Amino acid sequence: MELTTFWFILITVLWVGYLVLEGFDFGVGMLVGVLAQNDTERRVLINTVGPLWDGNEVWLLVAGGATFAAFPEWYATLFSGFYLPLFLILLALIVRGVAFEFRGKRDDPAWRRNWDIAIIVGSGLPALLWGVALANIVHGVPIDGSKEYVGNFFDLLNPYALLGGLVTLTVFLVHGAIFVALKTVGEIRVRAQALALKVGVAAGALSVVFIVWTGIDQGEPLVWLLGLLAAAAFVASLGATIIERDGYAFLATSAAIALVTVMLFVGLFPDVMPSSLDPAFILTSDNASSTHYSLVIMSWVAVIFTPIVLMYQSWSYWVFRKRIGVQHIPDGVRVP
Amino acid sequence: MERRAPAPAMTRSEGLTLMEALDLARWQFGITTVYHFFFVPITIGLSFLVAGLQTAWFRTHKEKYLRLTKFFGKLFLINFAMGVATGIVQEFQFGMNWSDYSRFVGDIFGAPLAIEGLLAFFLESTFLGLWIFGWDKLTPRVHLATIWIAAVGTLLSSYFILAANSFMQNPVGYTFNAERGRAELTDFMAVLTNKVALITVPHQIFACFMVGGAFMAGIAMWHVVRHPTRDVEAFLTALRLGAITLLVAGLGVIVTGDIHGKIMTEVQPMKMAAAEGLYETEKPAPFSILTIGTLDGSAEVYKLEIPRLLSYLGTGSTNGEVQGINALQAEYEQKYGPGDYSPNIPITYWTFRAMMTVGFLAMLAGVAMLWSTRRGRIPTSRWMLRTAIVLPFLPLIGNSFGWIFTEMGRQPWVVFGLMPTAAGVSPGTTVFEVLLSLVGFSLLYGILAVVEVKLLLMYISRGLPVLELDDLDDDLDAPLAFAY
Repeated sequence: MELTTFWFILITVLWVGYLVLEGFDFGVGMLVGVLAQNDTERRVLINTVGPLWDGNEVWLLVAGGATFAAFPEWYATLFSGFYLPLFLILLALIVRGVAFEFRGKRDDPAWRRNWDIAIIVGSGLPALLWGVALANIVHGVPIDGSKEYVGNFFDLLNPYALLGGLVTLTVFLVHGAIFVALKTVGEIRVRAQALALKVGVAAGALSVVFIVWTGIDQGEPLVWLLGLLAAAAFVASLGATIIERDGYAFLATSAAIALVTVMLFVGLFPDVMPSSLDPAFILTSDNASSTHYSLVIMSWVAVIFTPIVLMYQSWSYWVFRKRIGVQHIPDGVRVP
Repeated sequence: MERRAPAPAMTRSEGLTLMEALDLARWQFGITTVYHFFFVPITIGLSFLVAGLQTAWFRTHKEKYLRLTKFFGKLFLINFAMGVATGIVQEFQFGMNWSDYSRFVGDIFGAPLAIEGLLAFFLESTFLGLWIFGWDKLTPRVHLATIWIAAVGTLLSSYFILAANSFMQNPVGYTFNAERGRAELTDFMAVLTNKVALITVPHQIFACFMVGGAFMAGIAMWHVVRHPTRDVEAFLTALRLGAITLLVAGLGVIVTGDIHGKIMTEVQPMKMAAAEGLYETEKPAPFSILTIGTLDGSAEVYKLEIPRLLSYLGTGSTNGEVQGINALQAEYEQKYGPGDYSPNIPITYWTFRAMMTVGFLAMLAGVAMLWSTRRGRIPTSRWMLRTAIVLPFLPLIGNSFGWIFTEMGRQPWVVFGLMPTAAGVSPGTTVFEVLLSLVGFSLLYGILAVVEVKLLLMYISRGLPVLELDDLDDDLDAPLAFAY
C-alpha cells in the first residue's frame, strides 16, 4: 500500500475517533438545555462527560496535526478556505472548554446559567458546522489552479452541506442522549431514552436523505454499502433503546457515526479536496502529500504510539464506567 | 524563494489589502500566542510543584501537604483550562492565516506538531482527567502517578513545539525543492537535535519553573502576611518550595541563556546585533544597560554601558568581535537580494533587556522572601505584601518579553534565510476575515482574562480547603469525590 493511502486511512481513523467521541460530548452539552430540570440534574449531565471530553477533543488536534504533517496542501487549502466556519468552531470550542471547568467553581445561579449557555451553544455550533465542513470537503468547493479556495462563506452553506450539518447536529444529540442513558440512573435516564427516540426519528430521516444524496453524488457501490450499514446501525440503536439496552444502543450509534464518516472518506478518496471548478485543480492524496521520507517517519510514530494512546484512553473510560445520578452530586463547591 | 512573485500590475488598493492582511495576521498571531503563553508556563511549572506536594503527602501523610495539593491543584486547573482552550487556536491558525507558510514548511513543521498531539496532548488530557476525578476511584499510588504522567506530558509537549520553532530560527535537516517550491525534510534527527532546540528547551523549561515557583511563593507569602493566623505553617512550606524552585530555576535560566546567546550569535547574528542596537561591528563590543535617544543610530543622548559584555554574551570571549547591523545588512543583500534585513530595533533592544530585568527582579524577590522567613520568622511588612503580589507576574512577563524578542528578532523572516514573513500569509483570506477573527479572539480573550483572574483571586483568598471526611467506599450512592 502507498504511504499516502495509509495516511489517508489514518486521518479517516482520527476523524472517526473524533466524531464518535466528541460527538457524544457535544450531544450531552446540548442536552444540558433540554434534558435537565434543575442545577443538580445539569451537573449529572455535565459530569457524565467531565473526565472524558478533553481527551476526546485531542482527537481533533491530532487529526489537524496529522493533516498538516502528511498533507500540508490539504491543511493549507482547507483551513484558509473554510476560514469563517473554523473561526466560529474555534470560538465555540474555547468557550465550551472553559465553561466545563469554570461552571462549578462558583455557587451562583447567574454564573452557572451563563456557563450553561456557553456549554449549549459551544456544543451545538461545532456539532452543526463540522457536518457542514465535511460535506463540503467531500462534495467539492471552488478551488483554483494555485490550490486556493476562491468561494466565499455563503458558498459553503449550500443545501447538501447544510443537510450534512443537520445530520451531525441531530445524530450527535441522539448519540449524547444514549450516552446519558448509559451513564445515569433514575429519572434522567428515562428522559434521555425517550428523547433519544424522539430525536432519533428525525435524525434517521435526515441521515437517509443525506446518505442517498451522497451515494448518488459519488456513485460508488462501496459508498452505498457503507451508507446502508450506517442506516442499519442507527435503526438498531433506536431498537436497543426501546428495549433499554443502553450499552448496545451506544455501540450502535457509535458504529453508525463511524460508518457514515468512513462512507464520506471513501467517497472522497483518492481526492482530498475536490475542486468544483476544474478536475485539473483537484487536490489528491498524491499531489497534496508530504515527501515519502516524512511519511515514513510519521508512520513509525503513529504505529508505535497510537495503540498506547488507545490503551490508556480506554482505561480512563473503564475507570469512569460507573453510572451516576443526582445522589452522587456533592453539595456546594468541592476542590479536586 | 518567494512562492508567488508579486503581480507586475498590482494596483495600489490590492497592494494595500495584502499589506493589511499581513499586518493583521501578524497581530493575531502575536496576541493569541502571547496570551496562550501566559497559561503554558504556569501549567508546566505548577504541574510539577503540585505533583511534588502530593508526593510529600503520599510519603508523610501530613495533612498540610494534601491541603496544599488541593489548593494549588485548583489554581493549576483553572489555568490549565484556559491553556487548553486557547491552544486549539494555535494549531489551526497556521492553516487559516499562514497557508503559504504551511505549504512551504508542512513537510518538516507538521511532523513535530502531530507528534506533540499524539504523544503529549493525549497524555496531559487523559491523565489530568483521571487526576481531577479519580481521587475516589484510583489507589493513592496510581492517583499520584496520574499527575506525574500529566506533568511529563507537558515536558514532551514543550520539546516538540520548540523543535518546530527552532527550525524557523535555524533551519536544518531539509532541502529546498525548487520544483514544488517548498522545503522538504531530509534528516528528522537533525530537526530534533537542532542546536537551537537543544538549548531553547532547557532555557524554556527553567523559565517555566521560575513562573511556577514565583506563582507559588507569591501566593503563599500573601497569605502569610495577610492572614498570619491562618495555616501559616503550611503556607511557609509552600513559600519555601516556591522560592527555592524560583531561585534554582533562575540559575538554570541564566546558565542556559548564556549558552543560548552564543548559539544565537552564531546562527542569527542579526538578532544579537539588534538586541544591542549595534550598527557597526565592534571588537570588543560593550553591552548597554539602557540607551536614551534615538535608536536608529543617528543620535544618542545617554548610554550606560558595560564594556566587553556583549562580546562575552555573543562569543564567550571578552575580546570577541560582534558583527554590526550594517555589515550584516550588506552581507544579506549580497546573499538574498535587495531588501531590509534588520528587525525592529527598539522592540528587540528593549524586550531583551526587559526579559533579563524582570528575571533578576524575580530572583531578588525570591531571596528577600527566604530571608524574611529565616528561622521561622513571620514577615508582616507592607513591602513584603506588595512583593508577594508583584512576584507571580515577573517571570510570566519575562517569558513574554523573551518570546517577543525571539520572534521579532527573526524578522523579516518567518523561516530564517528561507521564507520572508510576508510570503507566508494566506493569499486567499480577506482583510475582513482576518480582522473579524482578530477582533473576535481579542474580545473573547479579554473577557476570559477578567473571569479567570477573578476566579483565581476568589480561590486564592479562600485559603486552604478543609478536608472532607470521605464516605465509606462500599456505599454505592456516595457522592463523587469531585464533580463539576
